Amino acid sequence: MTEASKFTGSHSLLRSLEHEGVEIIFGVPGGAILPAYDPLLDSPIRHVLARHEQGAGHMAEGYAQATGLVGVVMATSGPGATNLITPLQNALMDSTPIVAITGQVATSAIGSDAFQEAYTTGLAMHCTKHSYMATDADDIPNLIHEAFHLAATGRPGPVLVDIPKDVLNQVTTWREPHLHNLPGYKPTVSGHPMQIRAAIELIERAERPVLYVGGGVIKAGASDELLAFAEAANAPVVTTLMARGAFPDDHRLALGMPGMHGVYTATTAIQQSDVLVSVGARFDDRVTGDPDAFAPGAKIIHIDVDPAEIGKVRAAEIPIVGDARSVLVDLLSALRARRDPADHPARDEWFARIDSWKSRFPLSYEQPPDGPIKVQHFIERLYAITGGDAVIAAGVGQHQMWASQFWGFRTPRSWVNSGGLGTMGFAVPAAVGAKMARPDDLVIALDGDGCFQMTMQELITAATEDIPVKIVVFNNGGYGMVKQWQTLFYGGRLSAVDLGFTYPDYPKLAEAMGCVGLKVDHPSDIDPVIEKMLSVNDRPVVLEVVVDGEEMCFPMVPAGGSNDRIVMTREEL
Amino acid sequence: MQHTLTVIVEDKPGVLARISAMFSNRGFNIHSLAVGPTHQDGRSRITLVVDAPELEQLKKQLNKLVNVIKVQEMEPAEALEREVMIIRISAQPSTRGEVRDTASLFDARVIDISSSAMTFEVAGTPQHLKTFLEHLGPYGVIDLVKSGRIAMKRESELTPAPVSAGVGK
Ligand SMILES: Cc1ncc(C[n+]2csc(CCOP(=O)(O)OP(=O)(O)O)c2C)c(N)n1
Ligand SMILES: [Mg+2]
Repeated sequence: MTEASKFTGSHSLLRSLEHEGVEIIFGVPGGAILPAYDPLLDSPIRHVLARHEQGAGHMAEGYAQATGLVGVVMATSGPGATNLITPLQNALMDSTPIVAITGQVATSAIGSDAFQEAYTTGLAMHCTKHSYMATDADDIPNLIHEAFHLAATGRPGPVLVDIPKDVLNQVTTWREPHLHNLPGYKPTVSGHPMQIRAAIELIERAERPVLYVGGGVIKAGASDELLAFAEAANAPVVTTLMARGAFPDDHRLALGMPGMHGVYTATTAIQQSDVLVSVGARFDDRVTGDPDAFAPGAKIIHIDVDPAEIGKVRAAEIPIVGDARSVLVDLLSALRARRDPADHPARDEWFARIDSWKSRFPLSYEQPPDGPIKVQHFIERLYAITGGDAVIAAGVGQHQMWASQFWGFRTPRSWVNSGGLGTMGFAVPAAVGAKMARPDDLVIALDGDGCFQMTMQELITAATEDIPVKIVVFNNGGYGMVKQWQTLFYGGRLSAVDLGFTYPDYPKLAEAMGCVGLKVDHPSDIDPVIEKMLSVNDRPVVLEVVVDGEEMCFPMVPAGGSNDRIVMTREEL
Repeated sequence: MQHTLTVIVEDKPGVLARISAMFSNRGFNIHSLAVGPTHQDGRSRITLVVDAPELEQLKKQLNKLVNVIKVQEMEPAEALEREVMIIRISAQPSTRGEVRDTASLFDARVIDISSSAMTFEVAGTPQHLKTFLEHLGPYGVIDLVKSGRIAMKRESELTPAPVSAGVGK
């Protein structure tokens, strides 16, 4: 056998990934992972060469969020692996299934401070669902199979497999993988029937129920079941930042996003509910505000596939461990066993209260006809022109909150976003990943100028690899969200939030990266420039939207405050 | 409040590190920890004594670790708990007899001796060791080492009669 024709750990790795159905790997090569990049040349798997491992990681997340499939990222040892820490933690916080493959220095060199050595599995211990170190090439198919199983099942999350260079080079044979080695991992799928009945009992008697829906519903693919149950129960639905799209915003029962920058009605309905049904949500502090003042009169039904979420923040009257879809199906059939789903309680008083909040406290902003452009207005125009048929990725900051508030989400997996970690720089690479996953769909990143500058080099990846994403950069001259906090809570003393409007020249920068560069700064030019952006389909487009640098994002519940005190305008603070 | 947990884990590299990483990340406090093999291949048992006001979340976080197979909390009444201590106590010729006599009430064995000190090995329940210290401590503790607590769930309902008379072993 010649060197090249030997079947090694690397071949086994590629074959294992193919066996898991992987079609795309996002990555950056380097010394320790070199052996794996050679058989990659002969594999049907497409490799997307990111310009930074963080970008590769967020691409894998965008790919996973837009489809539910496991995203795959590959990097070398040491700096390649450490550059992955942010996307791993991001995926952990948002329960996004990704598998990271990292090269490691040779087994004999581990622990010797060898060139490009980092204790990757140790680092990953804190930011993955689980991690592996391969010590024998014969184990690779099983490790990869387990890694995919762990990433995708139960509460999904990131899993890392670290493979030393000598293991990648070790001669081995292909072994069909089996799952036999996880005695400590048995996620509960079905909710307990007694709890299901008790939950229905409580929901049926409720006068002011609210379904508090989190990202778990999207992960479980339970949107249809949610819709059917919400209608049968006749209960209003709030969707957290991670759940936007899990329930159609144009439905009569939809109240929108609750929480710190949530819609008044959504936040207040939770506050005044008597029964709060949490489905795949985790009582995050951005939703609850002061947890002691959160939904004070509500009995809690908490449905989650991760038992550790139940009771973590708020004790539940009825805990239900199980997959959101399975539990919603069971809830609906338990409800059907009691009555005709169409014969639901009217709850007129509750809906009247909700309607009055809707009309008294809508989302609002003012767009002066001569400018400056307001982000909210631009998003509404973009929504109108696209008909909302797009996958939207967002950065982190004011623009993210406005995107969530003003885009009307109708389908799951149309919102790709960094919720738990709030990672600036997520939007560009995540949009690239989402576009790779759904080439026929319109993918638009709504990004901030600050966020854009953290990972914009991935547009070179997009241009080189023919991934025609559209990136809208809202240029408000700086870190709008941080500036808002300094304005409101630090007496207007602005510190390190000004990026200026002068540099970079976004259209020129876009052109230099192989994209089409566009710019708009007057409200009357918005529609034509959107049309222009949408007409380009052979290259990525960057559209700079120069917006008001003084605009603030409301409603707002100041951090740690009670959700009973929602600030609607600056004057109220 | 102190709780004793017995945790069955896969005997794999890094398991202990994962557990202690989780504890430090979540702000749980480990009072003592003992790890060893079980009678089953590939399984280790970790006995943890933790200081926590509330155990539910801690148990769930332990269970969430992929390599953790089983977590069991033991109420003091249903736990067979043991610790081992090696303790060096100042013992001048004038007090030596007294020290030895007191120690023998606790079934403590002398394992080293010098002109000014005696070193004992003593094993038993945490209470047993505590009482030992209360009685022998005043003579002057020069050095002390204690094992982590190990524990197993009692099968019998009844508390078996203490092996040594009257000192709460
Ligand atoms: C990696 C990272 N660093 C710092 C922050 C803190 N931070 C939150 S929002 C924000 C400003 C975002 O600026 P921009 O992208 O321009 O969005 P805007 O608020 O202006 O819409 C900063 C610095 C963060 N979330 N992530
Ligand atoms: Mg900005």
